Amino acid sequence: METVTVRDAMQTTLDNRLAEGDATPMPAKIQARQTNVHYGDKHALKDVTLDVREGEVTSFIGPSGCGKSTFLRCLNRMNDTIDGCRVSGTVQLDGEDIYDPKIDVVQLRARVGMVFQKPNPFPKSIYDNVAYGPRIHGLAANKDELDEIVLTSLEKAGLLAEVKDRMESPGTGLSGGQQQRLCIARAIAVNPEVILMDEPCSALDPIATAKIEELIDELRENYTIVIVTHSMQQAARVSQRTAFFHLGELIEVGDTEQIFTNPKHKLTQGYITGRFG
Amino acid sequence: MSEMTVDTPRGGAGTRALVAAGIGRRYRAERRFRLFGLVAIVSALVFMVLLFVSIVGKGYTAFLQTEIRLPIHYDVQTIDPQGLRDPVEMRRANYGKLYRDALHEMFPDVESRGDRRMLNGLVSSGATFEIRDHVFADPALIGKKGEVWVPASDDVDMLVKGNVDRNSPEHERRMTDKEIAWIDALAAQDRIETRFNWRFFTQGDSREPELAGIWGAVSGSFLTMLVTLVLSFPLGVATAVYLEEFAPKNRWTDIIEVNINNLAAIPSIVFGLLGLAVFLQFFGLPRSAPVVGGLVLTLMTLPTIIIASRVSLQSVPPSIREAALGLGASKMQMVTNDVLPLAMPGILTGTIIGMGRALGETAPLLMIGMVAFIVDVPHGFSDPATVLPVQIYIWADSAERAFVERTSAAIIVLLTFLILMNAAAVYLRSKFERRW
Repeated sequence: METVTVRDAMQTTLDNRLAEGDATPMPAKIQARQTNVHYGDKHALKDVTLDVREGEVTSFIGPSGCGKSTFLRCLNRMNDTIDGCRVSGTVQLDGEDIYDPKIDVVQLRARVGMVFQKPNPFPKSIYDNVAYGPRIHGLAANKDELDEIVLTSLEKAGLLAEVKDRMESPGTGLSGGQQQRLCIARAIAVNPEVILMDEPCSALDPIATAKIEELIDELRENYTIVIVTHSMQQAARVSQRTAFFHLGELIEVGDTEQIFTNPKHKLTQGYITGRFG
Repeated sequence: MSEMTVDTPRGGAGTRALVAAGIGRRYRAERRFRLFGLVAIVSALVFMVLLFVSIVGKGYTAFLQTEIRLPIHYDVQTIDPQGLRDPVEMRRANYGKLYRDALHEMFPDVESRGDRRMLNGLVSSGATFEIRDHVFADPALIGKKGEVWVPASDDVDMLVKGNVDRNSPEHERRMTDKEIAWIDALAAQDRIETRFNWRFFTQGDSREPELAGIWGAVSGSFLTMLVTLVLSFPLGVATAVYLEEFAPKNRWTDIIEVNINNLAAIPSIVFGLLGLAVFLQFFGLPRSAPVVGGLVLTLMTLPTIIIASRVSLQSVPPSIREAALGLGASKMQMVTNDVLPLAMPGILTGTIIGMGRALGETAPLLMIGMVAFIVDVPHGFSDPATVLPVQIYIWADSAERAFVERTSAAIIVLLTFLILMNAAAVYLRSKFERRW
């Protein structure tokens, strides 16, 4: 396993860029350099170096416990809330180190929104769920502006038509897929630059999943999206770039098409062909 | 496959036979278990019913009081001989003479000094003050005559309520034959009646059972509980929120946690001694005062509220916290917007249960002097006061027969408050409980 190093991963990235023949690839929105995460004594993420490009969907795949969710949670410092979790290395958002003590974590999370594995709407009305972020950040000057933000966010999340007649009913009363889209609307309402999604469809049925995937594709126009998924088909369908993690290490990253058709590393190959994972 | 069932004795029919053999025993064990539960519940219910029947049966008569109707002559000579209508002078007048004259008029043949005294003793000494209050409420009464209901003495009350055996030898009962004859004479004239005992609900304590009321103790309990609630609720919730949401998890917070749990198990009398040493001796706060009682009960209630609040905060699902933090809520916003509202039903339940325990607490209050005999109804936090359970203790300790029913009546009042508080806890829980 020690053969897989940062240099390899970086080399892969370089190879991909060369292969694309693209002189001006999309600029990197997030740059992680030698990021390590320890949970107590456990070394959960080892020297990950990765770029997330602006305006693209990047998916993280890999077997359970490979560190993909851990890495995702590094990108908006959600790991701060876990006791005994230490992050080292750098993660830059638009060239700024987000682990710099000067960075305010509240502001960071307003820029980097998150959607969780299990839909987790607040036990409040649909309206209040979406209005939550704008309210805590003071984004709306008055009720009309807030209404506007809520309606636009629900519209963008493709939920407006289904809920516009029952904005005051509890968000927890919606179906699983609707709840997850409500959570996406809630994240959009803060107008973030990046949206992190941690297995957003793992608790949903295939139809709801298809809707979310469609939505992710639409959201790509305005937001940089990072998605963790267990489903390789989903990664292939929604993302432009894919990163494969294994046992806390980044094994390979590249264009989705390349990863799925022509993986460089034998572990990646083994995983996508279903030999383990 | 068929070979296997033949070869292994436990497979197929063999297994079914084993299961069938054991099934009766399993069902019997289950029936026995259910029976034990039923027996436990039924015996608990029986004891509860016995308790209530006993207390209500003994106590309900205290809500009635024997009164005597007397034809009072509001004599100017006695009340205001100078005719100045000066309240200070009028307050000093001998109002007792008015009812004694009335009694004497009704029983003119009672001559001897001893008999006169015995006759006057039928009426409670509290009648003096009640007649005075009538005069002050309506000065136009002066010089006129009127029928007035005055409280009978506790011995008369007991006789009328049937607690004195008329057939026992005279020297063994508290009423002489003469007294009984007078009472029967009054009763024959419809001048004796048991009426609703408003004094019990409006007066403070008294050495005379017929005048003793629960209102002083209720007020004292209310003031004490107010101090306890105002101090222990914010302190307890703030402590729980800090320990649960903000404090780092290290050795110090572990020590604090262990100590809070230990505090919950400390006997309440120890808190009373602490209050005596700290609040009375060191800080010099007034003795017997609700403020000190409230402080002592706060110390006692805090661990209960902290523990209940922490459990309640822990039960808020982590996904709600993540949702709030993921949207960029600060920790404070997360706690006030999301976590506290969800934890509130549990916190309120814990608080009310803690307050219920404090309301029924006697021992620590004995140590800070709330057991004193206090007649006046307290009006402030530093007035001397007693509380309901202590009042019960004082009355249970009194010699007069009439205090027996008053003790039970006070227990009824205390239990009513406790039941109301528990009902409030149930109501708040169902009202604020939100599902997700």
